[in-house]
Amino acid sequence: MHVEPVSRGPRCHGLEPKGRAPSSPREGPDTSHGVILYVEGLTVSFDGFKALDDLNLYIEDGELRCIIGPNGAGKTTLMDVITGKTRPDAGTVFFGQSVDLTRLTETQIAQAGIGRKFQTPTVFEQHSVFENLELALRGDKGVWHSLFARLTGGERERIEQVLELVGLTESMHVRAGLLSHGQKQWLEIGMLLVQDPRVLLLDEPVAGMTAGETDRTAELLTSLAGERTVVVVEHDMEFVRNIARRVTVLHEGRVLAEGGMDAVQNDPRVIEVYLGS
Amino acid sequence: MMGSRFDRLAGMHSRRGWLVTALVAAVGIVGVPVLNLVPPPGTWLHVPDYMVMLLGKFLCYAMVALAMDLIWGFTGILSLGHGVFFALGGYAMGMHLMRAMAGEGVYRSNLPDFMVFLDWKELPWFWYGFDRFWFALLMAVLVPALLAYVFGYFAFRSRIKGVYFSIITQAMTYALMLLFFRNETGFGGNNGLTDFKRILGFSLQAPSTKLGLYIVTAVLLLLTYLLCRYIVTSKLGRVLAAIRDAESRVMFSGYNPLHYKLFVWTLSAVLCGLAGALYVPQVGIINPSEMQPAGSIEMAIWVAVGGRGTLVGALVGAMLVNGIKSWFTVVSPELWLYVLGALFIGVTLFFPEGAAALLNRFPKGKGSCTSNR
Amino acid sequence: MGVRQLHRTEIQINRLRRPRLSWRGAPETDPVQRTMSLNRIASMGLLALIISLACLGNSTASAAGLKEALQGLGAKSRRTILRSIKVLGALGDPAALPALEALRDRKLRVDEQGRVLILDGGGAFARDIVTGERVAVGSGRLRSPVINNRVRRVLLPVIARLQLSSSSPEVRLAAARELAKRPRPDAAGAIRAALEAERDDEVRQALQLALAQIEIDSQDPRRRLSAVRTLGASADANVRERLRRMLQTNEAGEFTMEPNPEVRAAAADAIRTIERRLALVSLSRNLFYGVSLGSVLLLAALGLAITFGLMGVINMAHGEMLMLGAYATFVTQNLFRTYLPGWFDWYLVAAVPMAFGVSAVMGMVLERCILRHLYGRPLETLLATWGISLLLIQTVRLVFGAQNVEVASPTWMSGGTEVMQGLVLTHNRVAIVLFVFFAVALVWVLLRRTPLGLRVRAVTQNRSMAACMGVSVSRVDMWTFGLGSGIAGLGGVALSQIGNVGPELGQAYIVDSFMVVVLGGVGKIAGTVWGALCLGVVNKFLEPYTGAVLGKILVLAFIILFIQKRPQGMFALKGRTAEG
Repeated sequence: MHVEPVSRGPRCHGLEPKGRAPSSPREGPDTSHGVILYVEGLTVSFDGFKALDDLNLYIEDGELRCIIGPNGAGKTTLMDVITGKTRPDAGTVFFGQSVDLTRLTETQIAQAGIGRKFQTPTVFEQHSVFENLELALRGDKGVWHSLFARLTGGERERIEQVLELVGLTESMHVRAGLLSHGQKQWLEIGMLLVQDPRVLLLDEPVAGMTAGETDRTAELLTSLAGERTVVVVEHDMEFVRNIARRVTVLHEGRVLAEGGMDAVQNDPRVIEVYLGS
Repeated sequence: MMGSRFDRLAGMHSRRGWLVTALVAAVGIVGVPVLNLVPPPGTWLHVPDYMVMLLGKFLCYAMVALAMDLIWGFTGILSLGHGVFFALGGYAMGMHLMRAMAGEGVYRSNLPDFMVFLDWKELPWFWYGFDRFWFALLMAVLVPALLAYVFGYFAFRSRIKGVYFSIITQAMTYALMLLFFRNETGFGGNNGLTDFKRILGFSLQAPSTKLGLYIVTAVLLLLTYLLCRYIVTSKLGRVLAAIRDAESRVMFSGYNPLHYKLFVWTLSAVLCGLAGALYVPQVGIINPSEMQPAGSIEMAIWVAVGGRGTLVGALVGAMLVNGIKSWFTVVSPELWLYVLGALFIGVTLFFPEGAAALLNRFPKGKGSCTSNR
Repeated sequence: MGVRQLHRTEIQINRLRRPRLSWRGAPETDPVQRTMSLNRIASMGLLALIISLACLGNSTASAAGLKEALQGLGAKSRRTILRSIKVLGALGDPAALPALEALRDRKLRVDEQGRVLILDGGGAFARDIVTGERVAVGSGRLRSPVINNRVRRVLLPVIARLQLSSSSPEVRLAAARELAKRPRPDAAGAIRAALEAERDDEVRQALQLALAQIEIDSQDPRRRLSAVRTLGASADANVRERLRRMLQTNEAGEFTMEPNPEVRAAAADAIRTIERRLALVSLSRNLFYGVSLGSVLLLAALGLAITFGLMGVINMAHGEMLMLGAYATFVTQNLFRTYLPGWFDWYLVAAVPMAFGVSAVMGMVLERCILRHLYGRPLETLLATWGISLLLIQTVRLVFGAQNVEVASPTWMSGGTEVMQGLVLTHNRVAIVLFVFFAVALVWVLLRRTPLGLRVRAVTQNRSMAACMGVSVSRVDMWTFGLGSGIAGLGGVALSQIGNVGPELGQAYIVDSFMVVVLGGVGKIAGTVWGALCLGVVNKFLEPYTGAVLGKILVLAFIILFIQKRPQGMFALKGRTAEG
């Protein structure tokens, strides 16, 4: 299977929507120092258990970063904090130089340009695949706008394009609830894409996918990096080796190691954590 | 642009859907009054006056069912407080009807009878303005809207959902009912407002006034239905259903569910208030028992019987359940509670899709949304 | 409720009083009582002997006066009655007590021959007031002497004064308090005499207070001073008013009532002491009633905390489980009344397992037949259980009738204990509080220390994992639901003792108990306990200021605002799973 090459044009993979004005360049974060996410001194505890413990992490703009770690290392909690679902006990998360994400709501964070895929695929099961993408599409998300909104030709084209990309053109009018697990994963990724975020956070994107689907996902993610920043949490080491340039290992809420895949894999501390002493 | 707007409106129903809608509307708005007026009483075609009144009452219930369906069927928020909005609308209209007969009460006083009875000397401030019809009508929708907005703002903001929300709305209903039962609250206490004489100068006892009220109710119900239909087939409707199915995904897609929920919750309250305002002149009384928690739960069962997430289902359910209720309260009142209890259990256990599941075999307009939640 | 309770207490005291008063050696004196008051009887007997010796000369005259005055109680003229009472008071002969009490309790009758009779034995027969001879009633027409409040005002202190020489310290205490409530200068002598003979500290204090209230009007500033100082020990708002009056001034700022500055200073002191004590009493009273209301709420909510909190099943028919428990108590009571009248006082002991069983079985049946098909669909569960509640209410209405039924409290639960002047802890409320804490402890032990509890907690935390470990999830569900419902049944037993029992009993409590669970935080027994107690106490503290209805609305508003700050309730469950 081959993924259609994705060009690195500004924002929308070089495909400017026609009809309506192209989605105006988002008021992007200030990334003048090359870093798009600053996670500093982050601590989250649940009933005394420290899920994150004074965690420091920096994600560069356009990077593809993999975060791995054993169960309970705090990977999902980190995602929760970045997307505003969980409030940290201490520490900050800055989006670029000036946007403090810990002060924003989930909605505001999504609108600021951070998209998230959940561990279990979360799509609107009662809606068709097309409607799912329509709802995720970037644009005015206000109540009144939604009441009178009609899809422009450009928007429709954009949706069709992403449908093509995630291989769901055939099932456009199928109810999302009827899709297979892997297809739901793809649909969710597609929803992220039409949302047009600067940073994509993906929590186990290839869980439940066939080997072929996994390869396609790897290709897609690599092609996205550069223009966008992609952060992947994954258990599948093969997949991580396939895509990762830099890997961060979390353990007990702290960064245990960071670097290239080979370096990390040979790090004695990482081996100890994964295999036990 | 005009063309596309029209397309959008026309697209709410399929051609066949529009045909059925028009047919039902014609029978309801024109057919019933004609059958009431033209055939001589006693013949089988004749619709007697009491039946017109009963149907008018049912249409008000149907409007409530639409409101309930918007919030529960489409957005997944089960409200056990719609009886309050309905009653508030009713009270606003009742207050106007009381003021409209100032000086004609039993005590010939300028004040409503119950105030004279309680030895009140002047009108409380919150009764000011209700001598004007338009003001009362405005209040009938504004007061429920305001209550819903404030209550909803606090509840949705703190992300109270599911059964928690239901319970809190029930507590609100209970508290307000207790409040309205008090004489000091200023709405007639236990007895409520009753013994109305006329509306806009027409005698409420005259059959022609009742028929007129019926026609007004039917027309407003049609408009309400079209409004609801417009909403649920819009993108907003799809966002609402998305909130019902996966709220976190909606948030991470950049929508603020708070605004959407508040919108539909407040709109739902407004429709209930309107229904209440239409209901009171037809039945001639409003009292706090309309606010009983049981009443609000019954509204949910209308929608459940008809089928959640389909507007037609809500209409059918309200008519059906109330039809059965009227029949049973005449034939065997003790049995009615058994029937109602069995309806609650049977529908949730065996027919979660309601009666609309049977109608669903017919082709529908695009974008209609059925739910099985 | 309070009034009903007080009346019961009064009746209780009357019941106790009659045999003990017959210190002249009537045969019905209870043997225990006799030994207990042997000393007193001896000393009183001695006193009586001395007095009767001293008055030997005119004893026949006074006996005739007594007889005449007793006859006068049955007079048609209210003035004659009043005069007779005063004469009896002046004579000070306790023999007149039964007649005076009968007059107070409207049990005095006059028959056609003009004999004055006291109704006895629940109105079955009567005794002649003078001869004590038993007279059958029902033959002729009886007239009852009419008394009004003016007569009562004279009558009550006279009774109290005569009761001062009773052998029972309880009666003497009540009498002393009565005298303090209506201070009359002519009682001063009797009070002083009683003080001489009194050994019981509590009664002494009450007597001193009564005396001080009389002596406060004395001409002698020293007496007034000591009276004012004594009154500082009172907890009576009327005493405070009396003291305040001493401090009245005219426009010029001169003290018009009390010339002596030392007495005025003492009075100001005493007022402060009394106010502190009054505040303490009212605080304790609100606390007690709040805790007792809260503990009833707690029993209602505890079952809910289990079914809703642990299982996530919202049961709108939970209130009906309370109702079933209350009706089970009612049925048990009737069974005892019919088949075991001798054991009637202990029917509650049997009602507790009975109510638990009925509600628990009903809960398990519901769980098996209906609720298990609705797991994971909370809103449907809500509606279905509402339907169940309608069925249960209507069934009970058809079987027992729509009216409230009468559930009597056993005698050991009526009455009350006065822990502080002005604060009576009624026994039924105390019993309920203890019962509730027993139930909570039981639930806690059951959940924390038994295999069933372990399974319940396992299923609560992770159903599928528990199933993998070999726990029969569906059976645990059934038992858990049965437990929750059974506890509601226990709540019904408690409610039947303090409130009305009717088909709609549960409806009144369901909203409140849900509020408790929401406030306390779902899934935490400790949270439920605190939630219930807080809600009960806050309600009771608000009631005097806002009234019950506004209080309820305020509490609701408070809960909504509280949830803004702590969405998970008082005892938050944090973590990823809590969001689920």
